[in-house]
Amino acid sequence: MSAVTLLLLFFIFVLSAFLGFELINKVPSQLHTPLMSGTNAISGIAIVGAIVCVVLPPGSLSMILGFLAVVLATINVVGGYMVTNRMLCMFKDKKGGK
Amino acid sequence: MSVFLASTQIFPLPAEWVSFFYIICSALFIFGIKMLGKVQTAARGNTVSAVGMALAVIVTILDRQVFGAGKEAFLWLGVALAIGAAIGMLIAKKVKMTAMPEMVALLNGFGGLASFLVAWAEYARALGYPSIAQYLADNAAFNAGFFAVSTSLAVFIGGITFTGSVLAFLKLGEFVSGRPFLFPAQKLINLLLFVACVAGTVIFALNPEGAYAREIFYALMAISLLLGFTIVLPIGGGDMPVVISLLNSLSGMAACAAGFILMNNVLIVAGTLVGASGIVLTVIMAKAMNRSIGNILFSGFGAQGGAASKQSGGELKPISLEDAYYILESANNVVFIPGYGMAVAQAQHAVKELAGILEDNGAQVRFAIHPVAGRMPGHMNVLLAEADVPYEQLWEMAKINPTMPQVDVAIVIGANDVVNPAAADDPASPIYGMPIIKANEAKTVIVLKRGKGTGFSGLENQLFVLAHTRMLYGDAKNTLTQLVAQFKE
Repeated sequence: MSAVTLLLLFFIFVLSAFLGFELINKVPSQLHTPLMSGTNAISGIAIVGAIVCVVLPPGSLSMILGFLAVVLATINVVGGYMVTNRMLCMFKDKKGGK
Repeated sequence: MSVFLASTQIFPLPAEWVSFFYIICSALFIFGIKMLGKVQTAARGNTVSAVGMALAVIVTILDRQVFGAGKEAFLWLGVALAIGAAIGMLIAKKVKMTAMPEMVALLNGFGGLASFLVAWAEYARALGYPSIAQYLADNAAFNAGFFAVSTSLAVFIGGITFTGSVLAFLKLGEFVSGRPFLFPAQKLINLLLFVACVAGTVIFALNPEGAYAREIFYALMAISLLLGFTIVLPIGGGDMPVVISLLNSLSGMAACAAGFILMNNVLIVAGTLVGASGIVLTVIMAKAMNRSIGNILFSGFGAQGGAASKQSGGELKPISLEDAYYILESANNVVFIPGYGMAVAQAQHAVKELAGILEDNGAQVRFAIHPVAGRMPGHMNVLLAEADVPYEQLWEMAKINPTMPQVDVAIVIGANDVVNPAAADDPASPIYGMPIIKANEAKTVIVLKRGKGTGFSGLENQLFVLAHTRMLYGDAKNTLTQLVAQFKE
């Protein structure tokens, strides 16, 4: 990989950081918990890296670590999105009821 | 599209198509987070980001390199995904709303550990090559020093996130005491561990194939895990909203570091978005306590605070249930101020019932929500939403404070520091300067409290000894249910 390609990755890294700061300006406190658990689910994106490792030769250390990582990241992703959805539905139901 | 790309065969997906779909995933995450920040669109935002995640997983599986791995590898992948999904679904369905803070902490810890393991797995894979140079050439990686730095960072941040989150989980779930735990030379030990990590990373990066490179990497893993534990150990329950959102941010940064190991753009974008937005939330929480993040992480707040503040000296005046009933019965303007005690007593439904009865009785009822009430950002909102309290009744601190002098009765339910007037007028108090809900300005204050002890921070609360404050002792849920019964008679 050339230095230019690497710098491109840094470029998207820096832009993402600024975007992350800007995206959640002035979030009402009501949404703090769902926002936290929703972004927490996104941090389960490590699942992508874990999948790449789990398909390595079965029985190798990398594959075993990858297997554990896939399990953990999937718990993070599935649990995170479902629990966030559960919370947000509570907010929504209440609105519909009124 | 394939006109622009090198490969014409698109299944299984070649690398450039994978990258292309990852851009779509990144856009979905960005839209998702943006929509999560608005009440009207939050639920859809969560779905949008979940679609992005599902797409990222599918695309990764269809990646030519992954897809060609063979049946056995796919079997293992399927098993891992199935186990994770089953456990994730189970805990998401079973968890009680009152247990949400520890649930978020635990999930977050899993995410951090996943990044930690991915970094370890990549390093183990690199060791399988005759030389790191060979690994780098085969995997289109940049250079050995860069590989070493990103691997170390993923392990370092992921390790801290994991043990820190697990300890936060144990503290929040009251499996261990939530009180700050201080040990001798704590700051020095944490500093030394941190310096050891930085030094280890530098040595490892300068010579990734040196004599002790492998040992240094393993030591780095161990120290990172230890450091997460020792950082969270001295932090008390009242500071948990800040710590949880900081750990949440760290888990994103760990994923980002893992992205630099694998040169994977969606890992970098998604991880960085979580990292940056998590920092914003952390700063909001820290501001709500008028403290810096460093102060929260390193001060062991509340461990000795009680002795330092001036003794209030006043007398606590208990009140009977009947008298509380008469006061509430004649009140026209009532404000509930919930705190962590409401979560512990699971009193949110009883509160809602009493609020409904007071409204039927002709009173204006509102809830005053302090940003750091409870154990995670927005904790009180979640509990009251579960109990179907209408959103219009929830007032934020800045909005409700100017109206407090017109309030007939302020009912404090298991809140302590967030209503302590010492924060406003006692420079000696450890919480001096923290914005509070001005319960003391209400005409009458009724405090629901389990017993006479001091609150979580160990501070005496001057609100409790004011002339117009009455203490209603007992389990909050029980007390509220009895008050409701009185009204019904």
